[in-house]
Amino acid sequence: MAYDVNGTIHEADEEGYITDIGAWNEDLALMIAKEENIDMNSDAWEVVNFLRSYYEEYQIAPAVRVLTKAIKKKLGADKGNSKYLYELFPYGPAKQACKIAGLPKPTGCI
Amino acid sequence: MADHDTVTINTLFEIPVLNRGAMKDLSTFPAAPEHQEALGFPGELVDNWQIKAIEKFGELLKKSRALQVYMDGCVKCGACTDKCHYFLGTGDPKNMPVARQDLLRKIYRRYFTFAGKYFPKLVGAEDLTKEVLDDWYNYFHQCSQCRRCSVYCPYGIDTAEISMAAREIMDHIGKGQKYCNEIIAKVHKIGNNLGLPEAALIDTLEGLEEDIEEETGVAVKLPVNVKGADILLVTPSADFFAEPHVDGLIGYAKVFHQAGVSWTVSSYASEAANFAMFIGSYEQMKQIAERIRKAAQDLGVKRIIFGECGHAWRVAYSFLNTLAGPFDFLDSRYPVPQHICEFTWDLIKDGKLNLDKSANDHMTLTFHDSCNVARGSRMGDKPGGQFEIPRAIIRACCNNFYDMAADTIHESTFCCGGGGGLLTDDLMELRSKGASPRMEALKEVVEEHGVTHMAAICAICKSQFSKVMPTYGFDMDSIVSVHQLVSNAIILDGQVTEEDADEEGDAQEHAAEQVST
Repeated sequence: MAYDVNGTIHEADEEGYITDIGAWNEDLALMIAKEENIDMNSDAWEVVNFLRSYYEEYQIAPAVRVLTKAIKKKLGADKGNSKYLYELFPYGPAKQACKIAGLPKPTGCI
Repeated sequence: MADHDTVTINTLFEIPVLNRGAMKDLSTFPAAPEHQEALGFPGELVDNWQIKAIEKFGELLKKSRALQVYMDGCVKCGACTDKCHYFLGTGDPKNMPVARQDLLRKIYRRYFTFAGKYFPKLVGAEDLTKEVLDDWYNYFHQCSQCRRCSVYCPYGIDTAEISMAAREIMDHIGKGQKYCNEIIAKVHKIGNNLGLPEAALIDTLEGLEEDIEEETGVAVKLPVNVKGADILLVTPSADFFAEPHVDGLIGYAKVFHQAGVSWTVSSYASEAANFAMFIGSYEQMKQIAERIRKAAQDLGVKRIIFGECGHAWRVAYSFLNTLAGPFDFLDSRYPVPQHICEFTWDLIKDGKLNLDKSANDHMTLTFHDSCNVARGSRMGDKPGGQFEIPRAIIRACCNNFYDMAADTIHESTFCCGGGGGLLTDDLMELRSKGASPRMEALKEVVEEHGVTHMAAICAICKSQFSKVMPTYGFDMDSIVSVHQLVSNAIILDGQVTEEDADEEGDAQEHAAEQVST
């Protein structure tokens, strides 16, 4: 499959994860989020931006604990927990937020 | 993503009305050429695939006497027909174990038996056509290789072995599955199924050390690549990444700390899982297992302990010595390898852990036996140890425990619905339906005994249940790790408990009162 952002085509795999991570931009993120029925409010952006910066440093999405801790620091204890992250990304912060952030899907027994 | 209706079984394991072809078109994503080639398989379906498939099949029959017996032995008694969770959940007759076996058996008869070569119609032999290949691909990826059917088969025919053989044949003609093959390539490249590099592993474990110290006041370490440590912990990478897995990992760390042993994980072999078993590839299984041997030798450890991972324990317990042995460089006074549950249970038995059961009083537990542990391995030094030891640990850590119905536990346990290389989003419909027998058994103890949580010792089971339980009206966090319960109950030496904190607060108040008077 592919996403068409104002005439620019972004190739994606069968599940909608873009194949060229470097070509990611915010408009593309919004389009993926729309396909996923995700409302990209400021908290959701906070998660997506953290995923991207973590990925840049470590070449992997953060573990759930790492993510919740980071969000706790940024948005407070009432939002720094899995429950809230699942409210933002019902299909799971790791997989759904990664898709929107343009990162590869985490694999394995997760 | 999971747009489908979930089948609800009203009575416990009522045989569903047959729904022919219901799952015929559920086709898991194929491996891309790069996933295939990384494992030495052809990138895509080869031109002469029929010839190659029969050649490979012949090779496997020569290599495995068991496969030959399984192909010859079925008497169509029907004992297996209602034993598969995927059949119970989908009603598709091709998900009956005998029908799944017959997908391969009819080809065996056609090309490898006298009667099938000359009188194919009389013996149910068929040509290997594109339609048969498609059925192979779809239905051999609707088998979680859980081996429940083989328990009930009077001949002990093991459908898991048959489905592994079928996947091995398909890989060799260029028709592999994305989920398994992409992951195996990652293990070779990065060291684990997740693709978690060393720096991220270290960062993640440091974060957990902070969390434990914050919670307990005790500096419990989660060491990486420590040369000369006594124990190498090999655990599924999901333990580093996901919930409730990570709570189990914290439990292992606390137990090691309290036992006073030195231990380490290896970034080179930071994965217990061995998905090569799922695709039936002995060569791949050996390569993955040898990583563990190399890590143990490089780090100079004396013991290897496996974390909570079902099929990893089967590979470790049943095959590790054949695949990567001999392990004569390890300390022979300990089992090679050892399961974390064996390690923890030995300490509990010897009274070496201080456990406060009331810490788990907010839960009423049951235990889900994971198929590969239950039917493919053992624990401890007595038959049935793999059933008794995890339960004994739970009972030592919790006041409230009830087992599910007898024909759904121990060697009769139902698969979680996501094992055997099927824990992938593109099979969500199958996963959801296949979980129904387990969910039904759980519902029974929920209603009868007020069970609130189910514990497991397998990373796949934990992920699968946290995903599908909400479909059945349970919270996603009602699945827990066994060592999560240990982690809750254990009181470490020097740990600041809530009571201590209260007493300290009282003392301070008291002192303040005295000062003011």
